Amino acid sequence: MTTTLSRPVDVFDELRGAQLPSWGPRAVFGLAVVVGVGTYFLGLGVFRSVVLAWFICLSVPLWSLAIEGKRKATDRLVTTLVTSAFGLALLPLISILWIVISKGSKVLSTEFFTYSMRNVVGPGGGIYHALIGTLLITGAASVMSIPIGLFTSIYLVEYGQQNRLARWIRFLVDVMTGIPSIVAGLFAYALFALIFGDGIRLGIGGSVALSVLMIPVVVRSCEEMLKLVPNELREASYALGVPKWRTVAKVVLPTALAGIVTGITLAIARVIGETAPLLIIAGTTDSVNMDLFKDRMATLPVFAYSSISSPGFPPGPSIDRAWGAALVLLIIVMLLNLIARLVSYFFSPKGER
Amino acid sequence: MAKSIDVADLNIYYGDFLAVEGVTIPIAARSVTAFIGPSGCGKSTFLRSLNRMHEVIRGARVEGKVLIDGQDLYADDMDPVNVRRMIGMVFQRPNPFPTMSIYDNVLAGQKLNSKRMKKAESDDVVERSLRSAGLWTEVKDRLDRPGSGLSGGQQQRLCIARAISVEPEILLMDEPCSALDPISTSVIEDLIHELKTQYTIVIVTHNMQQAARVSDETAFFNLSGVGKPGRLIEVGRTEAIFSNPQEPATEAYIQGRFG
Ligand SMILES: Nc1ncnc2c1ncn2[C@@H]1O[C@H](COP(=O)(O)OP(=O)(O)OP(=O)(O)O)[C@@H](O)[C@H]1O
Ligand SMILES: [Mg+2]
Repeated sequence: MTTTLSRPVDVFDELRGAQLPSWGPRAVFGLAVVVGVGTYFLGLGVFRSVVLAWFICLSVPLWSLAIEGKRKATDRLVTTLVTSAFGLALLPLISILWIVISKGSKVLSTEFFTYSMRNVVGPGGGIYHALIGTLLITGAASVMSIPIGLFTSIYLVEYGQQNRLARWIRFLVDVMTGIPSIVAGLFAYALFALIFGDGIRLGIGGSVALSVLMIPVVVRSCEEMLKLVPNELREASYALGVPKWRTVAKVVLPTALAGIVTGITLAIARVIGETAPLLIIAGTTDSVNMDLFKDRMATLPVFAYSSISSPGFPPGPSIDRAWGAALVLLIIVMLLNLIARLVSYFFSPKGER
Repeated sequence: MAKSIDVADLNIYYGDFLAVEGVTIPIAARSVTAFIGPSGCGKSTFLRSLNRMHEVIRGARVEGKVLIDGQDLYADDMDPVNVRRMIGMVFQRPNPFPTMSIYDNVLAGQKLNSKRMKKAESDDVVERSLRSAGLWTEVKDRLDRPGSGLSGGQQQRLCIARAISVEPEILLMDEPCSALDPISTSVIEDLIHELKTQYTIVIVTHNMQQAARVSDETAFFNLSGVGKPGRLIEVGRTEAIFSNPQEPATEAYIQGRFG
């Protein structure tokens, strides 16, 4: 004790470490931005100026190596690499958003949302029929897939665990995850053609096709969420003399609710943009069809596709409407994501969020 | 009301692993029995086999007999759900329900079984249970707050309140005081003394003084080696076990000369 107390200075020196001035990295990054923007305007081209700026950023780890030592330099280097990778990954996302918004936003109007394409050849008209079709078909697909998927995952986690049936179900679900969407469409077509004869086009057929794609996603995400519920909570419930099904319904599901809702919403977002299967079994039409069980039904992705592939005359307005439909689809997906976030915020177990 | 427990030649397995071997022990009605022994010797495992919580773990099973007032707990026509309603349990680690408020956590046994209660009646049960567990004054102003927002020791007392609010006839407590301060511990010990007049209580503890203070009977479990099953070494009146143990291993453990 006394020896350490007599030399306190040495002890604390060991705890300290050299450090870059806090403005240092910021100054370098600022410089990188200035150089990048400057060279871009001097006519170096986007790609080259970005690479130049990036190399300037790399001088921070080098500087750190000289002053702070190896550990902190590695930390800064990896931080820089990870951040750049993140930026790289964001690029396609931002460019898609940019293109869709810039091209799609100019057609958005009340008419666009409230008119169908009936008897429209040139400008005007709207996506009302396709919006209704997308909502109906996806809604019906959710109504079919959510119970099946949720109950399957409950069986897998709470009842089947590792038994043979559960293993088979898991395997089949994995296989289903890999089904190409066009095959799902053909399946639905074949199914309904068996009943109604060849050439059948039905909204509900589209829902069946989407369910085939959606069920495995729901099963997998719900299964992961149910597995996250600690066993101790199940045991606490059993120890109070609560039967298993009540434990599942009142303890396990509420605890996992936030994650389950998020997973389901993402599954819906995943299938709402499907084109190929709907092209086959739901077809397309210019008028509003509210009946899932009768006749062709337009949907947003198919509408966008057919507006581009067979535009009216002149083709300009038709192509604009395709971008508008794409933007609306994107907005719906964003809304779904937002809902999922809100739900997981409000329903996640309190005190732990 | 209270029930006696008679265990005869019980072997407890996790899959192929024999965790506890050959336990024979009588537990009288309206008494407190303490289980002591080194970590990993199977106290929790044995305790869980007394209300059929053991079989909840996959691959876990028991051999032998557990008689509650002469009825075989593991007979084919016994319903584990009903057994657990009668034999309550407090776990080694606190496990309040994170989706429920403090109020609902105390009433979890009733709520999860959809038992209808009048508001006044349930208020009464909540207050009584929380008072007995020594938690009432700390939480009475925030009964609607989530149970997982409490400290570890408060959560443990919440779980005790939850277990006693359904009025089981036998109460199994697995180290209920290991996370509690001396004051809360003495509240729980007072509770045990009070409950003893109506219920049969089994408590696992690592605290010798606590075993000596609260229990009528003490059972000492031990392991003969790593990977070997735990065994009941000795059981008897608490005074006798602590003052005059029959087995050298018991004496060594109690005096702290262990291992
Ligand atoms: N879920 C389980 N699966 C397999 N083995 C288990 C399981 N739980 C406990 N065991 C084993 O059973 C033996 C007894 O464990 P148990 O939890 O009953 O000990 P304990 O006496 O309660 O110990 P402690 O005083 O540390 O709580 C140990 O060897 C342990 O590794
Ligand atoms: Mg234990």
